[in-house]
Amino acid sequence: MAETAHGHVGSTGISNVKLGMWAFLGSECLLFGGLISTYMLYRGRVTGGPRPSQIFDIPFTSVSSFVLLMSSLTMVLAVSAAHKDDDRKTNLWLTVTALLGATFVGGQVYEFTAFYKEGLGFSTSLFGSSFYTLTGFHGVHVTVGIIMLMSLVGILKRSSVPGKKAEVVEMVGLYWHFVDIVWIIIFTLVYLIPV
Amino acid sequence: MSTETVETTHQKEHGMSDAGYIRIALILAAITALEVATYYVDFGPLFLPALLIMMAIKFVMVVSYFMHLKFDNKVFSFLFYAGLVLAVGVYAAFLATFHFFIR
Repeated sequence: MAETAHGHVGSTGISNVKLGMWAFLGSECLLFGGLISTYMLYRGRVTGGPRPSQIFDIPFTSVSSFVLLMSSLTMVLAVSAAHKDDDRKTNLWLTVTALLGATFVGGQVYEFTAFYKEGLGFSTSLFGSSFYTLTGFHGVHVTVGIIMLMSLVGILKRSSVPGKKAEVVEMVGLYWHFVDIVWIIIFTLVYLIPV
Repeated sequence: MSTETVETTHQKEHGMSDAGYIRIALILAAITALEVATYYVDFGPLFLPALLIMMAIKFVMVVSYFMHLKFDNKVFSFLFYAGLVLAVGVYAAFLATFHFFIR
């Protein structure tokens, strides 16, 4: 098995790590597809609890969406800096990305708390269950992404990255962008399209 | 290697410069602003198609440019879009069985 600037490659000439990451992201489409379609099916089932239009705060969620979108820019700038072997900028952009991600998760915690106070618990209605499951799963993905980013900053500072550094940053970047594209869909289908 | 040479090498491998990424981010931000505007401005029957098209454009832009799928090996595109098409197909069929599209 050969090793290139992009890490271990198989007989196909393609990086095995990258191949594995894309296969993983393809399978994640099925996971989120299931959660999104379940929400679409149940979003009108409120059974006495608050309706989506009564609790959603569109300006607040729009700002959160913008923050996550901009974290994709800082992530791609980190990948770009890693390819140029600029450790200082790589660490800087990775840290900024993690901070923007943490801001998004903080916003989601605030939103969940506000919804709960307004009477939407996890088991209040089918809408509540499917909403918290979908957005909660996404929030967990963002949190895992933040842990990956901060771990990467730590190991980059100790210069102990296994394999090719730029490829490792790129793999974390792919995961982070995936989390962003899932939110692009959630923001439109869950928040902007009225029931 | 000078900064300019490194930038050019990176551009050749990944198809975009940092300025290009910033331009893409600005376009994405503008589309997001338009999406939010549909919530407040009455677009009539164009509301849903416009929203779905804008969502699809943002999705494809992030996947193509930020995730480099446009410039990378086509096997990666196949892996990802196969998962996506499978998910859309399976769950569209799932929703259809519950008469979701004819309510």
